[in-house]
Amino acid sequence: MTVLEPSKHTADAPLYRRRRGKSVLMMSLSFAAAFVGLAFLVVILLTLLIKGFGGLSLAVFTENTPPPGSQGGLLNAIVGSLIMTAIGVALGTPVGILAGTYMAEYGKHGKLASIVRFINDILLSAPSIVVGLFVYEVVVIHMGHFSGIAGALALAIIVVPVVVRTTEDMLNLVPSQLREAASSLGLPRSTVIQRISYKAAQAGMITGVLLAIARVSGETAPLLFTALNNQFGSTDLNAPMSSLPVVIFQFALSPYADWQALAWTGALIVTFAVLALSIGARVLSAGAQK
Amino acid sequence: MTDLSLQAPSGLSAAAEARASKLRSFRIKDGAFRNITLASALLVLAILGGVILALVIGSALAFSTFGFDFFVTQAWNPVTEKFGALSPIYGTLVTSLIAMLIAVPLGLGIAIFLTELCPPVLRRPIGVAIELLAGIPSIIYGIWGLFVFAPLLQETVQPFLISVFGHVPVLSTLFAGPPYGIGIMTAGFILAIMVLPFITSISRDVFETVPPVLKEAAYGVGCTRWEVVRQIVIPFTRVGLVGGVMLGLGRALGETMAVTFVIGNAHKISGSILAPGTTISASIANEFTEAVGDLYTSSLIALGLILFIITFIVLSIARLMLMRLDKKAGV
Repeated sequence: MTVLEPSKHTADAPLYRRRRGKSVLMMSLSFAAAFVGLAFLVVILLTLLIKGFGGLSLAVFTENTPPPGSQGGLLNAIVGSLIMTAIGVALGTPVGILAGTYMAEYGKHGKLASIVRFINDILLSAPSIVVGLFVYEVVVIHMGHFSGIAGALALAIIVVPVVVRTTEDMLNLVPSQLREAASSLGLPRSTVIQRISYKAAQAGMITGVLLAIARVSGETAPLLFTALNNQFGSTDLNAPMSSLPVVIFQFALSPYADWQALAWTGALIVTFAVLALSIGARVLSAGAQK
Repeated sequence: MTDLSLQAPSGLSAAAEARASKLRSFRIKDGAFRNITLASALLVLAILGGVILALVIGSALAFSTFGFDFFVTQAWNPVTEKFGALSPIYGTLVTSLIAMLIAVPLGLGIAIFLTELCPPVLRRPIGVAIELLAGIPSIIYGIWGLFVFAPLLQETVQPFLISVFGHVPVLSTLFAGPPYGIGIMTAGFILAIMVLPFITSISRDVFETVPPVLKEAAYGVGCTRWEVVRQIVIPFTRVGLVGGVMLGLGRALGETMAVTFVIGNAHKISGSILAPGTTISASIANEFTEAVGDLYTSSLIALGLILFIITFIVLSIARLMLMRLDKKAGV
């Protein structure tokens, strides 16, 4: 400390001390902010473990959601979530990859690509409940009832912007020399993209899909009035379908203790699945950048 | 574009013909692939257009019935079919404001910590940990907020606020009791935790764009760490910071599930931020499946349209500001 102190003879030593004091104070505050941020993460995860871990048993994965007051599991919710997520990702990913390809490989600085980029970034953060309303208006009203396919469509709309964004970013990282070398061999543009660009950007693009899966597997709002819920283990896409987040929502807000306990267990499963996916995505992209 | 070999005179060897047909199929596939990618890009625009169109059509009944009154009426009565959007709009804005008041200083603080103070070894792990907060689904924040955070506030922070500000004019209305636990303030706090990672990661990214030579020069003339941050780093990154804050605001405005759990769903504007209220997204989530009658449904869709327009404007501003920054960085 004394080393940094200016010579005691200078007239503005008090001023210097005040400036340093202020700096130390602000830096301590920013340290405290980081501590608070990390503390929230730890507290939330610990709460989930404490309240949810006790409920984890084989029955959770083998039995359907129970009526109040009896034993049961979350099988139908887990299956419903998996089905709708799988269909949503299967529908949204190709659209996202192709649109991202257009922006990175063909449109690039063109007017259309800039507009699509702007709109896509907005869709990326747009409220997901609005997507639910949209699918309700377009699909549910015309079908006349809630259905698993409507839920999957809503999820697909959320997948698209995530995949567009990562695909474009990852394709932009591919050195243009690679493309030029391929083109100079006489390969058509589409072959260059499919065989060279996609190969080079593969890991990054898979990361994008993983992030999209992580994003939609916790989505609740767009499913509330598209897939609704289903007490029974239905795999019929034409009928209402339950999903883990919607069941958590319904059970947590119920007055029954065993429903609330199941909600916590479901919350634990969803959170750790989502965190595992996003950590996996990070590891993959870190490996690819080496 | 035309390949010479395609116009080769007939009567050539089979090999040449095979080559010509191969090239033709190349060309067709090439064009087809381009058009498919173009169509997908247009589909992204169509999604946005479709969302707006569907909301406009769905809300037409509510707007034609109530007209402009819809925006300025507080009543929300499914029995008499009188609906007004004022209290959800109020709740949305106030909860987001509370969230930003907490999350902006906190997020900036973490970003300063990560770029100026943190030992390089810890930088990445801590950054990732904060970003993981963004990955936790919003329903988890909701259930945690309802069962852990709200009771905590009800027992500690809220009685404290009531007792401290209870006799101060103006503030006594703002913190008028009783402490419900759930309400506008709790929703604002939960939103703050949720948008914190967005603000943090964007602030950190823009802080890292400050050329080291600028900071070194400031340290060289004897600035303290805080003075370097305050006088060099923040002014240099102002545009990007505002963009990041607006992005966080866009998230806070549209956030649904976490708020639905802790807001209390009361269609009523109360002077106290401890009282229950509602937001646009929470009203839709709570009531949409139970809404009977076209007017009720249409009013909820009208709320959705209002929300979409507000977030669209906020997010557009955010993007434009961040784009300005990208251009600057590109030069």
